[in-house]
Amino acid sequence: MREISQSVVKKDHGPKVDGSALYVGDYPTQGMLFGKLVRSPHARAQVLGYTLPNLPEGYFAVSAKDVPGVNQVHIVKDDSPVFADTTVEYIGDPVLMVVGPEEREVNRLAAETVVEYAPMTPELDILKADTVFFDYRFGSGEVEQAFEQADRVYEEAFETGYQEQAYLETQGLIAEFVDGKITVRGSMQCPYYIHGALAKALNLPPDRVRVVQDVTGGGFGGKEDYPSILACQVAVAAVKAGGKPVRVVYGRREDMEFTSKRHPSLCTYKVAVKDGRVTAMDIDVLFNAGAFTTLSAVVLQRGIIAAPGAYRVENLRVRGRAVKTNTVPTGAFRGFGAPQTFFAVEMMMDHIARDRGEDPLAFKMRHLVRQGDATSTQGRYHFPVPLPEMVAEVEAMSGYSAKHNAYEQPQTGRFRKGMGVSLWFHGAGFTGSGERDLIKATVRLHKEPNGRVEILASQTDMGQGIKTTLCKIVANELNLPLDQVAYENPDTDRVPDSGPTVASRSLMTVGELLRRAAITLRGQWLPGVDQVVEEHFKEPDFVIPFYLETFQGDAYPTYAWAVCAVEAQVDTLTGVNEVLGAWASFDVGTPMDHNIVVGQMEGGLLQGLGYASMEQMAADNRGRIRNNSFTDYIIPTSMDVPVMQVNLHVQEYPLGPYGAKGAGELPLVGAASAYMAAMEQAIGENIRHIPFTAEDALDALSARQKEAQAHDERN
Amino acid sequence: MTNGIEFTLNGTAVVFEGSATARLLDVLRDTYGLTGVKCGCKEGECGACSILLDGRLVNSCMVAMGRVAGCDVVTIEGYAKTERFKTLDAAYAAVSAAQCGFCIPGMVLASECILAKNPNPTEEEIRDGISGNLCRCTGYNAIVKAIQIAAKEGAGLW
Repeated sequence: MREISQSVVKKDHGPKVDGSALYVGDYPTQGMLFGKLVRSPHARAQVLGYTLPNLPEGYFAVSAKDVPGVNQVHIVKDDSPVFADTTVEYIGDPVLMVVGPEEREVNRLAAETVVEYAPMTPELDILKADTVFFDYRFGSGEVEQAFEQADRVYEEAFETGYQEQAYLETQGLIAEFVDGKITVRGSMQCPYYIHGALAKALNLPPDRVRVVQDVTGGGFGGKEDYPSILACQVAVAAVKAGGKPVRVVYGRREDMEFTSKRHPSLCTYKVAVKDGRVTAMDIDVLFNAGAFTTLSAVVLQRGIIAAPGAYRVENLRVRGRAVKTNTVPTGAFRGFGAPQTFFAVEMMMDHIARDRGEDPLAFKMRHLVRQGDATSTQGRYHFPVPLPEMVAEVEAMSGYSAKHNAYEQPQTGRFRKGMGVSLWFHGAGFTGSGERDLIKATVRLHKEPNGRVEILASQTDMGQGIKTTLCKIVANELNLPLDQVAYENPDTDRVPDSGPTVASRSLMTVGELLRRAAITLRGQWLPGVDQVVEEHFKEPDFVIPFYLETFQGDAYPTYAWAVCAVEAQVDTLTGVNEVLGAWASFDVGTPMDHNIVVGQMEGGLLQGLGYASMEQMAADNRGRIRNNSFTDYIIPTSMDVPVMQVNLHVQEYPLGPYGAKGAGELPLVGAASAYMAAMEQAIGENIRHIPFTAEDALDALSARQKEAQAHDERN
Repeated sequence: MTNGIEFTLNGTAVVFEGSATARLLDVLRDTYGLTGVKCGCKEGECGACSILLDGRLVNSCMVAMGRVAGCDVVTIEGYAKTERFKTLDAAYAAVSAAQCGFCIPGMVLASECILAKNPNPTEEEIRDGISGNLCRCTGYNAIVKAIQIAAKEGAGLW
């Protein structure tokens, strides 16, 4: 283990443990106003007008007509309105906000506000949706020919459901408009995304906009784009509030029902097999984007680039579409489109192997990509692919093969077991040329005369430990004790734009910029002098430029890798399925802090197992999200995965700080398929959808029983 | 007799003069400024608002002030002044068990309850003891480990 990997006490440990850390909801509320959004109860309707109840003094409302700038939230394509104007597009679409000094009174007034609608027929079915937000195609080789020449063609469709980020701290922001300057603070991942959105919606020059992150109680992607929307709404209210701060902190139900979540998907795979090898894949990916585009373009890009999995597929055709439905907009969630396609491709490979009578792991191993191979977009796997070693590590930890073989024998009795394995990667950093063309990250180091150094960057710590790991890098290069390097929560008045805290990019990309800045500072160090050094992103020379128009080139400079085995059990009487153990090896390059990285891997893995097994969220036939509380949307507790073991495999990335790669998203991405493969073995039926609940298990078991009976009768 | 609800809050006798139907969580946060008590759902599911009520772990969002009369209420702010807290704090630090931190004040109090009941709990008892406290960040392993470390290091304290 490199010395820098040795764990330290996290920079933000103390106040989080003794309860003194201030989250946005913890600031004193004296003199503050509270805002409550009035939301559409219709999935699609024209807005004809609204009538406010009698508002007591000090209370007011804001709507689309109060937006000083453009009534659009700047995200990627700016189609989300700050407030719905002439139409509403999903249940929960905000029409106006009621604001005032007493929260309870504000809630009452919002509930008594009457908005007049002319309902229209909503589109809720992704297969019938006629608005295609994004439609991408790419591929390589001779796909038609490969299918013509195939010994066997397999075709299956895989479905995945919503997944809710379920960060423990709900969304919340405070806005204040004083002397022509807007300040927004609170729970967020990307201060400069919000900064850009506010400038547009409020029609303010950048220096009249300030965004400050507060201690953030989890994000997982849920606080990537959504806070830009909420910030614009709260800021519009603040502009009318006469200098008083306006606060909106969501209740859990409001947060679950109306904020972004993982895209439900339908992925159809057609696979050609010749002489025991996969020779072609023709893949159709369909994502439910909900009512507005938000981040769907980029989520879809990552999803389809990962669609052939960690396998060599010489003839490849991929089409991906994100379509509009009149449901809550879906957005970023750890993994960002890849968990959907990795679930599909891993199950597909399992099913083909089983049909061939071959061990699934052996079949997958025969198809693994290797260093130097082309990626799905004709880039290169420039660095070693450590999957074979990692499979051996997981085998040693889990006893995979012995258990898998044992459970392959006919099982009788009430409890049946299975053992599954999945292999995956996560492209480290932004997809495509975003880092080079859009983000253009800048970082600074400020050395005070007393020798203390402050990191000036816009990365947010939402629990993943970036404050600690970035400080460790700088302290290491400057030979300073860790307490001499500081990193405050970012404030756009003080820090340059080093990009958003997304895409597992912060440590790898911004961390390396800071390492280089620290080396520069070390060379220029003058005792007792105030010094500032700055560093800018430069794309590594080896990268094959990526072009979105053709989907050609290196979508990522490097990849993080994962292998996971899951042992599961199903109760054939009740359908209750449970994880008996999960064993995984993750390669995120050099861990910048062993505890922190293990914590990321364990937490992400459990989210992935929850995604597969219990986290069920669905919209009803009117388009309303039915599961809007922790009573109806179940996330794993400490009891659900009693054994979870993580190994860190280290394949250093020469251009990351000390060899580090992207980490945060990796562990979630392919966990679902390991679990489902185990469940398939326990039940003896192929499974093509997640989440897979006790009810689903009972359905599958009864289908199996009927098949067996029919078989018996035939004989 | 005072005209209010008398109870002990972090070791100090207090009188709450508001409604008996007020929610303990809201009163702790808004009236007494004890914002270490977090609100994650307000319906008794997540455990972020856990406090000790007469030594038992309860979700303060599910307790009306009338129930608190004559009781001993301890929040993380009060517990943080104890020797036992120091042991747990060091144990949580040693394994970096606090990620986003939002569940942590509740988790620390759940840890206290586990160890108060059994100074040498099994892993299963620990998992059971924190099962009412949701954590979305850690996958729970680090928290379980922290409680095991505290049990070992804090010998005699519990």
